[in-house]
Amino acid sequence: MTEMVYGAVPLGAGEPILPKWWRTLDKLSMSCVLVLFVIGLLLGLAASPPLAARNGFEPFHYVQRQAMFGGLAIAAMLLTSMMSPTLVRRLAVLGFLASFIALGFLPMFGTDFGKGAVRWYSLGFASVQPSEFLKPGFMVVAAWMLSASQQINGPPGKTWSFLLCAVIVMMLVLQPDFGQACLVLFGWGVMYFVAGAPMILLVAMAGLVVFGGTLAYSNSEHFARRIDGFLSAEVDPTTQLGYASNAIREGGLFGVGVGEGQVKWSLPDAHTDFIVAVAAEEYGLVLVLIIIALYTLIVVRSLFRLMRERDPFIRLAGTGLVSMFGVQAMINMGVAVRLLPAKGMTLPFVSYGGSSLIAGGIAVGMLLALTRTRPQGEIGDFLRGQGR
Amino acid sequence: MIRIPLRPLARILSAREKGENPDTIERENIRLRHITMQDKARNRAEGRLLVLGVFFVVAFGVVGGRMGLMATSEAVEPLASATGATIAAQRADIVDRNGRILATNFETFSLYAQPPVMIDPIAAAEGLARILPDLDKERLIKDFTGKRKFLWVKRKLSPEQKQAVHELGDPGLMFGPREMRLYPNGRLAAHIMGGASFGKEGVNAAEVIGVAGVEKQFDGYLRDPANGDAPLELSLDLTVQAASERVLYGGMKLMNAKGATSILMDVHTGEVISVVSLPDFDPNDRPRPPIEGEDPSESPLFNRAVQGVYELGSTFKIFTAAQAMDLGLVNANTMVNTRRPLRQSGHEIGEFRNKSYGPELSVSMVIQKSSNVGTARLAQMIGIERQKQFFGELGLLERTGFEIVEAQGGRPLIPRNWGVLEMMTISFGHGMSATPMHLAAGYAAIANGGRYVSPTILKQTGAQYGPRVMSEDSAAAARSMLRRVVTHGTASFGEVPGYAVGGKTGTADKPKPRGGYYKDRVIATFASMFPAHDPKYVLIVTLDEPSENSGSKPRRTAGWTAVPVAAEMIGRIAPLLGLRPGVEPVQMAGITLTSN
Repeated sequence: MTEMVYGAVPLGAGEPILPKWWRTLDKLSMSCVLVLFVIGLLLGLAASPPLAARNGFEPFHYVQRQAMFGGLAIAAMLLTSMMSPTLVRRLAVLGFLASFIALGFLPMFGTDFGKGAVRWYSLGFASVQPSEFLKPGFMVVAAWMLSASQQINGPPGKTWSFLLCAVIVMMLVLQPDFGQACLVLFGWGVMYFVAGAPMILLVAMAGLVVFGGTLAYSNSEHFARRIDGFLSAEVDPTTQLGYASNAIREGGLFGVGVGEGQVKWSLPDAHTDFIVAVAAEEYGLVLVLIIIALYTLIVVRSLFRLMRERDPFIRLAGTGLVSMFGVQAMINMGVAVRLLPAKGMTLPFVSYGGSSLIAGGIAVGMLLALTRTRPQGEIGDFLRGQGR
Repeated sequence: MIRIPLRPLARILSAREKGENPDTIERENIRLRHITMQDKARNRAEGRLLVLGVFFVVAFGVVGGRMGLMATSEAVEPLASATGATIAAQRADIVDRNGRILATNFETFSLYAQPPVMIDPIAAAEGLARILPDLDKERLIKDFTGKRKFLWVKRKLSPEQKQAVHELGDPGLMFGPREMRLYPNGRLAAHIMGGASFGKEGVNAAEVIGVAGVEKQFDGYLRDPANGDAPLELSLDLTVQAASERVLYGGMKLMNAKGATSILMDVHTGEVISVVSLPDFDPNDRPRPPIEGEDPSESPLFNRAVQGVYELGSTFKIFTAAQAMDLGLVNANTMVNTRRPLRQSGHEIGEFRNKSYGPELSVSMVIQKSSNVGTARLAQMIGIERQKQFFGELGLLERTGFEIVEAQGGRPLIPRNWGVLEMMTISFGHGMSATPMHLAAGYAAIANGGRYVSPTILKQTGAQYGPRVMSEDSAAAARSMLRRVVTHGTASFGEVPGYAVGGKTGTADKPKPRGGYYKDRVIATFASMFPAHDPKYVLIVTLDEPSENSGSKPRRTAGWTAVPVAAEMIGRIAPLLGLRPGVEPVQMAGITLTSN
């Protein structure tokens, strides 16, 4: 139907899958992801031995697990990226349903691993965090709904997706997991923005946020103190943030040297939330800038490819997936450099974590599947005399 | 508004006429509309995706830039500092009226431990127990080897102790700078100073907060960093305060009293020049507050001058006499019926030790001899309402405005039912209780010519007269009566040559806690002013349970106990106050001055 409507030429029926995949794939983005994964392993070698020592494992226990999960994640990514957008959509919807149900049953069967928030299912050898899988699934489902609402006589997809988003955010907040809730909300917001949110609504929301923030700042002493404490140049050096900023300072341009860092011994989350601090201390600013450049490259390149995409569903789903990926990385690094208030969030592909890795692999795989080069029916524009 | 029809009706109609299928036209129309819509959406999305891309580039750029800034800034030794509100430590000094230091701050160190970084906790604990003998070694070992990550070991260290601890060399023992409150004069004016202790404590600083006295009363002023250079100036005179304490302490011991208090007050400004309450304490090392079951008034922390509410006895008589004269009911020489006993409401009012002062006495003699009956007769003339009003004007029915927190506790005890009998007993100072500070304010009104002054601990620049409570003449007449009490009456030991002391004694039996009065325990008070012809100062001396044992039987009256102490005190402090001894015009009996 889509091809008929856009007048697109059907893909050559006889072309084998792998050559076609290789020809149409965004090879640069995929290379960036692989480089990130390798960097993650490298940092894991530095950051996780203290944790292994604390938990009584041999030093590189977590690196081995990371490599194993990483292998699975890369396999998932490659496999997903070979799928057609329709198949991606179908599987994603199924995956979304499964993880949504799993999320709903968390309070009954989940475990909190003594961390205060029930987010995981314990499978014995590993644990699964359903919300990690829910995020990419939800992005696809919401994109589907939003794009359907752009059809003539389409369903009210904007309302549906918003309600769904609200329900998921509620469930995440109840866990509580504010970080993931923010991500989901942000991802939906970006898709709604690209799908053509009315300008006046955006302006009104921005105004409301500024107004509400000012009001809260001037009226609530508690809120004001939180903001002042966050904005103040001084930071209590005995907090995780204090250790992290000190580690970044220690590292300087080229780092203190591999294995010489100290921060990993004092930070409980050195291998996840503050992996950037470890990178900055041992390898210096250079590596951190490389990491930032890789994320920027993936995000910007994907967005650029999506700009040329004519299918509204592919455009929206790709936008949602890539923004979530980028924002997650941004929040993680923003916390380490104290641009943002502390929030537990992993650095995609670099931080340690099975669920996060595999879900990230699937998400990026979907993104790669959606950003593959495909005929956009430009010929139709020329036929209609509107070509560029 | 031009409406574009959803279905191109005209074309469909014409197609029908021609026998063509209208569905193709409709489908074509929908397809075109769809393409237009998608094109519009795509153009918009293109723009917005561009915005999104720019946002991500900028955001990642900011993160990278910030990272670069942090990485290139100099790594500093991590210094502990509390975020947000810093602890304001600089506390203003307190000085006396001549600028001499009463309370100041002193740099010291507190000792804390971080057991996780200790090298040898056992040796550190042993070393500490050796240097600081008040610490328990076993407990320290337990703390240092246990799970605690942080503990305070000692709040204040002397420089020698600090050096010795430093020489132990254990990295887990650390010092936090402290600003501690120091009272260099020790016990002097302890009750006024009160004391200070640490409030919020951080590693780098601790808040010093006042816990009593002016330190608490003016805590806000003292802590305000804006006042760091402006000390709190008190009305006290350090020299006079020291002399008063010496004399009062000696007097208390000589008279076998268990407590004593004295107040010296400027009658014009209300400034309290010295105020002593014994027993006292060292504000540098405040004793623990009295626990449940202990009598708080026995604690050294108890400030008898402003907290002690006593029946002040005959010292009140002059108020009654002054009011009667002020109202024009009597003059100094009016004869008053002093026949006893005076019966009222089933009670008998008698005289001290059942003395008899004859059928009648002049008002002046009533005061001089301290006749209860005579004073009660004066009160009868005045009446309840006027007495109540006058006492109110003298400030005897309310708390004094004296600016230390303890003064809040000094609320006078007034009979609930102020009847005729109460009026009579109150007229000679029984049946109502007030603090010595109340008495000082009342006498100051007589001394300064009839104007109320509120006692204050803060230095004043000039006279601080309140409302007039009696006429100049009545006050002058009352003063000459008080002078006669010293020259001819019950306070004859109070004469200090050259300083013309005037005053009134008061001896009140102490009430038992469960009602009734002790026979052998008294509060002896001497309320005085000097020099009597133009008083500058009022001095109140009160002894708690004095007993003068030089005679065959113990003497407890104020004339034998409080008066000599007050006289000694005046003799010592009057020169310090800059008063020159004067020659009083006296009739020298038996000598006739002749000229030529």
